[in-house]
Amino acid sequence: MKADPKGVLTGAIFLDGDHACAEGAIAAGCRFVAGYPITPSTEVVERIADRFPLIGGMFIQMEDEIASSIAIQGAVWGGKKAMTVTSGPGFSLMMEHIGLAAMTEVPCVFVDVQRGGPSTGLPTLPGQGDMMQARWGSHGDYGIIALCPNSPQECFDFTIKAFNLSEQYRVPVLLMMDECVGHMTERVIIPPADQIDLYPRRYYDGPREDFLLFKPDKDLVPPIVKAGDGYKVHVTGLTHDEKGYPAMTVSAQEKLVHRLIDKIKLNADKIVEYKEDQVEGADVVVVSYGITSRVAIPAIEQARLEGMKVGHLRLIVAWPFPEKRIKELAAKVKAFVVPEINYGQMVHEVERHVAGKARVELVGHGGGAVHNPKDIYNVIKNSVKG
Amino acid sequence: MAEDLIDVDESMPTNTVEEYLRMDRMPHIWCPGCGIGTTVNCFAHALEQSNLDLQKVAIVSGIGCTGRVAGYINLDSFHTTHGRAIPFATGLKLANPELKVVVYSGDGDLTAIGGNHFIHAARRNVDMTVILINNFIYGMTGGQVAPTTPLTATASTTPHGNFEDSFNLPYLAESCGAVYVARWTAYHVRHTTKAIKEALAKKGFSFVEILAPCPTLFSRRNKLGDGLDQMKYFKEHSEIKNDIDTKTASLSFQGKITVGKFVDKERPTYLDAMNEYYGKKFGDKFKPYNG
Ligand SMILES: Cc1ncc(C[n+]2csc(CCOP(=O)(O)OP(=O)(O)O)c2C)c(N)n1
Ligand code: SF4
Repeated sequence: MKADPKGVLTGAIFLDGDHACAEGAIAAGCRFVAGYPITPSTEVVERIADRFPLIGGMFIQMEDEIASSIAIQGAVWGGKKAMTVTSGPGFSLMMEHIGLAAMTEVPCVFVDVQRGGPSTGLPTLPGQGDMMQARWGSHGDYGIIALCPNSPQECFDFTIKAFNLSEQYRVPVLLMMDECVGHMTERVIIPPADQIDLYPRRYYDGPREDFLLFKPDKDLVPPIVKAGDGYKVHVTGLTHDEKGYPAMTVSAQEKLVHRLIDKIKLNADKIVEYKEDQVEGADVVVVSYGITSRVAIPAIEQARLEGMKVGHLRLIVAWPFPEKRIKELAAKVKAFVVPEINYGQMVHEVERHVAGKARVELVGHGGGAVHNPKDIYNVIKNSVKG
Repeated sequence: MAEDLIDVDESMPTNTVEEYLRMDRMPHIWCPGCGIGTTVNCFAHALEQSNLDLQKVAIVSGIGCTGRVAGYINLDSFHTTHGRAIPFATGLKLANPELKVVVYSGDGDLTAIGGNHFIHAARRNVDMTVILINNFIYGMTGGQVAPTTPLTATASTTPHGNFEDSFNLPYLAESCGAVYVARWTAYHVRHTTKAIKEALAKKGFSFVEILAPCPTLFSRRNKLGDGLDQMKYFKEHSEIKNDIDTKTASLSFQGKITVGKFVDKERPTYLDAMNEYYGKKFGDKFKPYNG
């Protein structure tokens, strides 16, 4: 399925990441956005509010993030592609509903333009402190997908990708931006609509009498229906059977929750995405994501100039984590260097899969700015020495 | 299962509301004497009497004993999170305006944790019918104090009696902009049914509060007898006063109960206001939003 040309501003435009994200959502066919203002994410909804009236979209500024994060789920059952946008404090408020979306398999997109935290922290300055919250923030067990753009172009491209993945797997997909990416302006190429591939929502089309709302297909993902189609569905955040009815038993819990995890875990090879640069034969591999992946480049280049063998693995999809690749590399390299604008989040995941086979060095930063590449360089240099 | 236990008299006419219920989920979880089931019966009759296309009616609940209503109603039904039925319903309605959206939940759900959503949906006049079952208590979690618990009544978290003033919900709903506001009790089945029917027919934020006994947690703790005693109390102490100033429709512990239809007016809904405003703003470039 291709994008609807009505919403696609084809061409090369200078956009900041937030606006590019809004354009990506529109190109992806998102026509319902609920949000509550918070720096540094607000420009996304401001652009949506400006653009939607003339393309048949519905933007509503809800009374808070909790409302926004569930209004979009109502909208999905009403037949729309839907998104909400926030930053750390709002993201925290949305956690219960990320769990609801995971439990009721609602395809929707949550954008988190990260800022320095905890609490109100640094509203206008960058952070990457929500990465673990993205994976584990809601209560209970579930699988999730999170993407990390590092440029306005990627804010556009990955927003489309986020919608596609959410439709494909019927999961909430989290777009983990950060203040720098959200506020930096660069050239963004918006392709013609017929070059934008969209994953169509998988509506149930089997015989009516066989219909079960949560009966998965082979890929563990059930097709969806919408309210008003006459299926008289029951949707509940309680543990439920394939019909959608509450089932308060150990076996129903095991069956459902296991599938919610497996549908991401067993499809991980298809979902995981990263970019590598000179990783083969490297002594040290820098693992980075989001804005930090750009800041790491001068450090890596400097080290290479000095003859060090440094590879770069950049997470495009942070969750699910590329654990296979990290395990493979762990057997070959001396060390991993993980710069992130927090005091250690994704580094735990790297450590977990390296499992002691190589050294893992965090280059932490409390937030408010990006790293000085020198700090990353110094850790690389020390790591090469072994 | 149930058939094994009960002698079914085949000559008995089937209950006309069965088609509105998910009979495959019976028996329900509510206690004997609980008023919630009675209100569901009223709701089913109201559906029966209003000529709505049932494929286009959706019901949304939050969490609580009343929150379980969605699970027993044979419509597109959504059992969401505690307090958040209204914003879910807002998204559902605005995504697909051809749906009639009903929110059915408890007093704690809709006005404590969900209070903010309640007032804003009323202010925006989002087109939905909100049916609130007020049993003066948090049922599902074991009888804690609610924003509707009357002064001096006891609850598990006010074991020495409640000293917080409680909400007058019709006044709250009206002051925020609801276009239809009524209060009845589970005793007033015909009035309740009629009120729900009227509310369903209304365009905009319509609100029906139904007082219902919670014998297990409210009545017993407060030595008010069982469900039947509570119904008798509702019967004897209710005063029907239509069109009164909602400010005067407050409730007290074991005092008079003011019931009636208090508000029935017109006001542009959220969608109508948006379409009208953008229509003026953008002229022909704007196509009215219909979902
Ligand atoms: C976020 C959250 N907080 C608390 C609860 C626990 N909880 C479940 S039902 C309920 C109260 C319900 O009371 P009310 O809305 O009056 O409904 P009733 O059970 O009386 O019908 C509470 C506090 C919850 N499920 N979720
Ligand atoms: S606890 Fe109270 S409200 Fe809940 S089902 Fe029992 S009687 Fe009804």
